[in-house]
Amino acid sequence: MARFAVRRLASMVAVMFAISILTFLLFQVLPNSDPSTRLAGRTASPTQIAKIRSDWGFDKPIYVQYIKTMGKILNGTVTSYQQQLPVEDQIRQDLPTTLSLAIGAGVIWLALGILFGVLSAWRAGRWLDRGLTVLSLVGVSMPVFFLGAVLSYYIGDKARILPAGDYVALTSDPWQWFKHMLMPWFALSVLFIGVYSRILRSTILDTINDDYVRTARAKGLSERQVMIRHVLRNSLIPIVSLWGLDFASVLGGGAILTETVFNLHGVGQYAAQSVEGLDIPPVLVITMFGAFAVVLLSAVVDIVYAALDPRIRL
Amino acid sequence: MATDPAAVPGTEFSPGLPVGLASDEGEAPPGIGPYQLAWRRLRRNRVALAFGGLFLLMVVLCLLAPVYAHDIAHTGPNDPHITDVIKINGKPTNVVSTLGIPIGPTWHGRFFLGADATGRDIAVRLLYGGRNSLQIGAEATLLTILLATIFGIIAGYFRGVADGLISRAFDLIWAYPVYLLGIALGVSLQVGGLDLGLFKIQGNTLILTALIIGFIYVPYVGKPVRGQVLGLREREFIDAARQQGLGSLRIMFGELLPNVASTIIVFIPLILANAVLTEAGLSFLGAGVHDPNPSWGTMITDGIKLVPGAIHLVLVPGLMLVLTVLGINVFGDGVRDALDPRAKVRIEH
Amino acid sequence: MSPGAHLLEVSNLKVSFQTEEGVVRAVDGVSFALEQGEVVAIVGESGSGKSVTAMTLLGLTRSPNASFEGSAQLEGKELITASEEQLREIRGGEIAMIFQDPMSSLDPVYRIGSQIVEQIVAHDFQVSKSEAMERAIALMDRVGIPRARERVRSYPHEFSGGMRQRVMIAMALSCSPKVLIADEPTTALDVTIQAQILDELRTLRKETDAGIILVTHDLGVVADIADRIVVMYAGRVVEQGTLDEIFYNPQHPYTWGLLGSITRVDRDTTGLLPSIPGTPPSLVSPPAGCHFRPRCPHAFDRCTDVPALEAHLPETPQHVDRCWLSAMQKRDLRQVGDRIGLAADEPVIA
Ligand SMILES: Nc1ncnc2c1ncn2[C@@H]1O[C@H](COP(=O)(O)OP(=O)(O)OP(=O)(O)O)[C@@H](O)[C@H]1O
Ligand code: SF4
Ligand SMILES: [Mg+2]
Repeated sequence: MARFAVRRLASMVAVMFAISILTFLLFQVLPNSDPSTRLAGRTASPTQIAKIRSDWGFDKPIYVQYIKTMGKILNGTVTSYQQQLPVEDQIRQDLPTTLSLAIGAGVIWLALGILFGVLSAWRAGRWLDRGLTVLSLVGVSMPVFFLGAVLSYYIGDKARILPAGDYVALTSDPWQWFKHMLMPWFALSVLFIGVYSRILRSTILDTINDDYVRTARAKGLSERQVMIRHVLRNSLIPIVSLWGLDFASVLGGGAILTETVFNLHGVGQYAAQSVEGLDIPPVLVITMFGAFAVVLLSAVVDIVYAALDPRIRL
Repeated sequence: MATDPAAVPGTEFSPGLPVGLASDEGEAPPGIGPYQLAWRRLRRNRVALAFGGLFLLMVVLCLLAPVYAHDIAHTGPNDPHITDVIKINGKPTNVVSTLGIPIGPTWHGRFFLGADATGRDIAVRLLYGGRNSLQIGAEATLLTILLATIFGIIAGYFRGVADGLISRAFDLIWAYPVYLLGIALGVSLQVGGLDLGLFKIQGNTLILTALIIGFIYVPYVGKPVRGQVLGLREREFIDAARQQGLGSLRIMFGELLPNVASTIIVFIPLILANAVLTEAGLSFLGAGVHDPNPSWGTMITDGIKLVPGAIHLVLVPGLMLVLTVLGINVFGDGVRDALDPRAKVRIEH
Repeated sequence: MSPGAHLLEVSNLKVSFQTEEGVVRAVDGVSFALEQGEVVAIVGESGSGKSVTAMTLLGLTRSPNASFEGSAQLEGKELITASEEQLREIRGGEIAMIFQDPMSSLDPVYRIGSQIVEQIVAHDFQVSKSEAMERAIALMDRVGIPRARERVRSYPHEFSGGMRQRVMIAMALSCSPKVLIADEPTTALDVTIQAQILDELRTLRKETDAGIILVTHDLGVVADIADRIVVMYAGRVVEQGTLDEIFYNPQHPYTWGLLGSITRVDRDTTGLLPSIPGTPPSLVSPPAGCHFRPRCPHAFDRCTDVPALEAHLPETPQHVDRCWLSAMQKRDLRQVGDRIGLAADEPVIA
């Protein structure tokens, strides 16, 4: 188990290194325009551009450019041209919002995904299953920002049941925090609830036919015991590992649309605002850290997965 | 990156059964090919067919956009009528009120669904926008499927170094959250476009957005294709082909491709649905389609800027988008069930 | 014979499944009886309905698309129509089952010990967890799992196939069942392991007075363990008799084929070659009359009618078969060279 964890973490570091190179290429080399001009932004003066060129080493060979870029990112000295502030300070400031959104939504979509998946499998072919299937198909067909806009209009602006957007820090007012997050959580969860419930449904229906489930029945366990201890326990393994990966991807930037439509000042909205202003440095840093977060968390998922499923614990 | 939980092989031992004859669709009655069987199942699935029809209807409507613009609305998608005054029930009304609120649906040829903030006809833009959204979706899907098939088959067939490189590349692309990679590419390619030597793509074009989306989804299809090829290359018919002296190209695209075709078919609607959604998301973030080009994504975005004044500007393009994607998804589900009642395929954001 | 006279009595059992291709008649009129301390072997090719017969006794084939006819009685208790609650007590308690594939028959995520304990606790509400665990260890010991006390904490994937099958046997024995069904317990195992597991069953046979149903496709496996043999083909019983009757005086051409194809240790084992030419028929639309007709070299015009399962030899009235040939013809036709087999053009085993 420990050996597995160490191996997995080592390969994670290698992947992160590769990601840093790829991100560098995507931003600094691939585009067909002068990187200094792009990084400097729309309103830059020639002197500013020249400064960026020498700061980032764009007049030097490509590996120097890479080292300089990584150096700036790791030192936290990348600045956005719009606010002229260090990007990483802004990220640090926005992170709690993104975390609030991701964790709350993650809990909701896992819980409801499991609930609906189990109900659907239990009633497979009946009206409840069909209804849930329709709901989940609608859920996966709906862009989150459209759902968010419609929800915040009808529930927020019109009915005034919940606030239509903005973020209140958990530390300043937990109840307001909760009320403000409820709609974003839900909006972000819908897609995943749809996906999870359908995956769980089909996993359960597959697992039911597995040999060990037949063994469990042949032992004289009650249907309930068979379902919960054997079918559900095994069917949840893929769901749990999926959850880790999806959570990682939401944390790493997947919540960008939700944050933007609900005006939550998270990392995602920071990225979105930078895109709008064609402010490339923040996008560069956020993209790299986002991918890092995904890689780190999927390593964690693999390790947890190994703990859950004794077969891969080698 | 996670280990596939479904990959625990069973050991079925059934003497007496002719080995190798039984295909994956072992239960097919003799004389009926797997695709015929799938088609039969699909034909029986009324719901899937109905939603497939819904999708087709949307496509036809969007293709008829120029006809609608020319013959019914008498205005183009980008023609601003911000200072125009039209008659509603005989009463002259500003297309865009002095407060900046555009008119709602007139239910007449001109401004059937109302106007947007710059006085452009929504119905016309809706159809043109749909055309753009669907075109981007289709191009992106084509690219994804093409690249994923080629690289997936190469990786699975040659294994070794080729597989190592391709699989690592898949893993890397896969590690980026979809929208983050989308905006990263969108924003860094927006200014100067892309120059790949052989061909050049201008920034700020529809095809660039399609290219970006198509690229992002390659690993989601490429990985399963590779996995399947890895399994297939051990089967007798590939050995036989090799012994007959068939070249690698012939084996890969003559023998292996037909065998992974059903997997690829299952992915097409899935990628199309996701590509259309991704276009909308990227446009919402300003890294996809840009004004004045309409797309459903940009129209929803423009509408959101006017909420709470004119929610219908969000609802109309949004519902078109949801219905179209729903059509693709339900139909795609039917296709998947028909091809392999037990297949499990998914994609995430 | 009055009902309840036998430990287990199956009569005219029929099981069919509604599928996309049509109605699959997996079991089409199977009858046999099992006494205490007796071993009955059910033999037949893959797909002949052995597993469905066995599992139906435990209600494991029940599903919305399955329908049942006939009866199966355990000491006079009807199994086919038993309620779920009755079945729950019978399963594992009075009838226990060992399955074909030990690799997939244990739940991968639980420790071996707790899977045995689970069954003990399901049938004995008095027992404490630790007592149950002690019993589990004793059982594992008994079926020949070394260092049982340590290995209760292992997961199934840490066990070899043979060891897993021993675990399955330990589990089956845990509640001292009256009937033990072993569904191809050795098919998925190596030859040497097969022999060990069969030894284990032989010991069991001596130690318990349970009736054992041994399902297999290989007549060789049952040669020195079974008391009586039921030969099945395409859902029907085609011959039934004592071990000696089946081995030395087989009446049905299909049985001859099975006997002819027993893999011999002294010859090269080419077990995958179908040793009876042809393949079993579709169970959706089986041939009219004798199901074996398309593969039978001795078929004649009468075979388009279904032969009855009856005794043809006055001296052994319990030895029944389903074939139109006369006893005399059978004696001639079954002789292939120096041994019993199916027709002369049987593929020579190289
Ligand atoms: N639930 C079911 N639905 C439809 N058909 C079934 C079902 N269960 C079994 N069958 C069919 O019934 C037939 C008999 O199957 P069974 O498993 O009893 O064969 P078997 O004699 O045990 O063979 P094997 O040696 O392969 O285990 C097979 O053709 C099988 O496909
Ligand atoms: S009844 Fe006819 S076909 Fe059937 S086994 Fe006997 S001889 Fe062969
Ligand atoms: Mg069987």
